[in-house]
Formats: sequence, structure tokens, C-alpha cells
Amino acid sequence: MNTPAPTRPTAPSAGPADAPAATGTEAHAAPAVEVRGVTRRFSSRSGEVVALSDVDLTVRAGEFVSLIGPSGCGKSTLLRLIADLDEPTAGELAVFGRPPRVARQNHDFGIAFQQAGLLPWRSVRTNVELPLELHGAGRAARRARATELLEMVGLADFAQHLPHQLSGGMQQRVAIARALAERPSLLLMDEPFGALDEMTREHVQTELLRLRAETGAAVVFVTHSIPEAVYLSDRVVVMSARPGQVREVVPVGLGAARDRSDDVREDDAFFDRVRAVREALHGTDGTTPRGVDRR
Amino acid sequence: MTRSATTTWRRVEVVLAPVLLGLLALAAWEAAVVVLELRPFVVPSPSAIGAELTGNVGIIATAALSTALNAWWGLVIGVVGALVAAAVSAAVRTLDEMSAPLAAAAAVVPIVALAPVLYTMFGANVQTARVAIAAIVSFVPVYVNTLRGLRTVAPVHRDLLRAYAATRRQATLTVTLPGALPFFFSGLRVATSLAVISALVAEYFGGPVDGLGKAITSAVSSSNYPLAWAYVVGAVVVGLLFFCGSSGLERAVLHRRSGR
Ligand SMILES: Nc1ncnc2c1ncn2[C@@H]1O[C@H](COP(=O)(O)OP(=O)(O)OP(=O)(O)O)[C@@H](O)[C@H]1O
Ligand SMILES: [Mg+2]
Repeated sequence: MNTPAPTRPTAPSAGPADAPAATGTEAHAAPAVEVRGVTRRFSSRSGEVVALSDVDLTVRAGEFVSLIGPSGCGKSTLLRLIADLDEPTAGELAVFGRPPRVARQNHDFGIAFQQAGLLPWRSVRTNVELPLELHGAGRAARRARATELLEMVGLADFAQHLPHQLSGGMQQRVAIARALAERPSLLLMDEPFGALDEMTREHVQTELLRLRAETGAAVVFVTHSIPEAVYLSDRVVVMSARPGQVREVVPVGLGAARDRSDDVREDDAFFDRVRAVREALHGTDGTTPRGVDRR
Repeated sequence: MTRSATTTWRRVEVVLAPVLLGLLALAAWEAAVVVLELRPFVVPSPSAIGAELTGNVGIIATAALSTALNAWWGLVIGVVGALVAAAVSAAVRTLDEMSAPLAAAAAVVPIVALAPVLYTMFGANVQTARVAIAAIVSFVPVYVNTLRGLRTVAPVHRDLLRAYAATRRQATLTVTLPGALPFFFSGLRVATSLAVISALVAEYFGGPVDGLGKAITSAVSSSNYPLAWAYVVGAVVVGLLFFCGSSGLERAVLHRRSGR
């Protein structure tokens, strides 16, 4: 925690859109995310909820980590703490070796929420451009980047549409494109594919892997789907509820992201890992957590 | 029939149907006046009103213009004032809490009832009191609605802007103001019709002798009922023009930003 902040290449937000993607993840001495003994309690009139209790988690630079667990186990809360949208009751967090607040002000991460959260009065294109616009990128650079991203999420034909003219899944894809706009070295994603149909979902998953291989970004990915977590991740963090804790960390290691194709989904290794995560989720006490999609 | 031809016909229908209904109603009215031998002070026939209307277009237009100008300046002052006040209240929460009961009170006070007081305050030979009434009346809905709009920011949008470290100014420009726009316009729509009504009704309580309200009272007191009704028609036209103006502006602004 006390290591000096590495000189990380700043996100190429203000640069031209065709600037090289964030250079080698190995350049980061500090892990992308470091969570130490974090507790978050919410107190309200109806009582106190311990959303997270003494959670430890390290996400290395360039690593893909999924959070999975029953509904209400604090996944979104953890993500919000990392993004400095909320503060822990106890414990410490660091993003690239710096306090989350500093990381946020440095535009170190992109974020996609559980809801798409598009601005309804802006076109799809200008929604995607929003982070670039906020950080002062030039008009031409913004346009070029938005075109590229919309192409990638398969919505190039909808650039001029308004969010309400899109289906829920399409809106989610716009939100994902927006999160990627600045080629962040850390992506925070809260069930971004929840609203997608199975086919689009698999397509976007593969896209995400490709993108991540290209940019070397670290990803913290919340999901309710075990196969999705296994397919995408280097490690799957299985959480338990009440209080929210890390129950087990399942290493996956289905090969480098760039080599992982759709075939992996039919691999024995894949099924083996799915089983491992499922067993971790169900726990030793044999209770079945609710709210987990076991497709 | 092609699709576009069908939609064109639909549009014609939308306009034609109410016009036709209106003509039928006028015919029925005319017939009722003739058949039932209604006296003009009960209700004059449309043809009599029409005759007065065409015969006095000039003076009716002059009266209408005078009332319209009072309503217009009142509306402008009220709306600008409301926007400034809403912006300040949105920025300073304590001020908002202090002003909320006042705004609620102002919403239920019939402002035109203040007309006699305002005439003595500003002098009965100037339009100031009428403009002031229209201004106060249009202030309230615009203030209340705009402030609500400025306060209504979706939590996910707030998180989004915070996550991207947007400055306060950026947050205001990219989310708060565009989000408040529809609220402002619904306030404006109410304010527009209230401004016309109150500017006209204020004339009933005194002040200079121009304007539609004054003209209606004087026509009635000289028993020229068809002329009084002709002035009412003038009032309807002014009201319609104001309404079309504000909803046209609303459509232009809200539509353009969604059209791009
Ligand atoms: N702002 C808040 N105020 C009070 N309690 C909260 C707040 N945010 C979350 N909680 C509580 O914290 C717990 C964890 O919530 P969180 O949203 O992190 O769950 P989650 O794991 O993301 O669930 P899901 O999978 O359903 O999205 C819940 O019990 C919730 O009620
Ligand atoms: Mg959640």
C-alpha cells in the first residue's frame, strides 16, 4: 500500500482516438484493485445491514475477476466502493496503489452499472462519447472512437437513435461501449449482460474477452451466471450473504483471453470449473443460495 | 392505398373532424337562437357575433393587442424570475426549504384578487399592475416545476457523473439542465394560459380603459351583447396564440434535441 504510485500511462482520453491502447499491463507495479479488511454497514431505521464484512481481494493488473454470489451479498456494494461511489465503514481500498478517490479523479476506470443509465435525451453516439467529452477529448477524436465502439458492439446502424428506441439489451451494449470509451486499465462491470439474450450474450462475452486481450485491462465483473463467470475470468470470487463475505476464490485458467474461443464452452476443463464454482457457491453446509442463475 | 397516403388522410381527418364538429355546433346554436327566440342578453346568435366581429376588427384587434402585451411582458418577467429563483433555490438547499411553503401558498392565493390593491399601489392609469399580476401568476408554476426538475436527477446518472469525475458545472450542463427541461416546459404551458387569463381578468377590477376585459365590460354595460361576445372571440384568439407559441417552442426544443 505504501509503495510509491507507479507512473502509469494516463488514459489516452484527451489524445487522438487512434492512440495506442494502454501499454503493457506489466507496467503496473501495483495491483489494479486491492481490498483490505473492508466492511460496509448500512444503518437505517429498520436496523443495520452488514453488506460486506471483512472482505479481502486483490485484482492484479490485467486480471479478469468475477464476483458471484447470492442476491444481496454485497457485490454491487463492493464495486461501488472500488469506484469511490461509496465509502467503507472499515478497511482500506486501493486502485492502482492509490486511494479510489484519486483513481476516480484520474479517470483510471470505466464503469457499467446494473442499469444501462444512458442519458435519454442524447443519441446513442453522444452517450458513448460522454466520458470523452467530460474529459475534454476533441470532437473528431470522440466521433472516431464512438464509431469504432458502436461497430464493436454491433450498433453502428443505431448511432443516431435515442436510447428509448433501443431494446434493453441494446441499451446495455451502449453502456458497455461507453465504459470502454477511454480504454481504461480497469473496467468495473455490474451484471452488464443481465438483460441480453443468450446469443447476444455469448457474442458480447467473446467481444469482451477480445477487447480485454487487446487493451490488457483488468476487469471486475459481477454476474449471476456461473458459466459466464467461468468463461470470462481468470479467477472467480464466490461470495456468501449476510454478512457479505468472500467464501472462496476459484482459479479458472482456461488459457489466455486471446486464445479463448467459443469452443472453450464445450471443453471438459470448462465444465470442471463450472462444477467447482457451483460447489463453492452451494457451500459445505449444503444450503442452496437463492438468486443464483445456474444455467 | 399506400401507407403514406393513409397517414396523410389520417392527418386530414384529425384536423377535419373537430372543424366539422365546430361547424355543426355553430349551426345548432344558430338554429336554437332562432327557433327558441332567445334574447341577445341570454345568448346572441353566431351570425350576430360574426357581424360585430367583422365590423369591428380594428378595435377588437387593438384591445386584444393591449391585453396580449400585458400578458406577454408579465409572462416574460415571471418566467425569467422563476428560472433565476429556481436556479438559486436548487443551489442553496436552505433557501429552497424556506421558499417551499411560500411557493405552495402562492399557488393557492388567487392572485387576480390582488388587482385592486396593485392598482392603488402602481397607479390606475398605467398597465404596471396588470403586468405585475400576469408576472406573479406565471412565476409560480414555472418556479415549482423547474425546481422539481432540477432536483430530479436519476441516481444512476449521479453515480455515472461521479464515477467520471465530472465537475459540478459539467454535471449541471450534461444532466441536470437537460433533465429539467421537460419539467420547465410543463410549467411554462400552465403559466402561458394563466398569464393571458389573469391579464384579462385584472382589467375587470380597474386600471386604464384599453384591453379586452375592459371592452367586454363596457359592451355589456351598453347592452351590446353581440359585441361583447365578439371581444370574447378576440380573447379566445389571444389565448390560442399564446398556447400555440409555448407548445410550439416546447416541441421545437424537445423534438430537436431528440431528433439529432
Ligand atoms: N444504499 C443502501 N442503503 C441501505 N442498504 C443498502 C444500500 N445499498 C445496499 N444495501 C444493502 O446491502 C446489501 C448488499 O446489497 P448489494 O446491492 O451490494 O447486493 P448485490 O450482491 O449486488 O445483490 P444483487 O445480486 O441482487 O444485485 C443488501 O442487503 C442491501 O439491502
Ligand atoms: Mg447488485
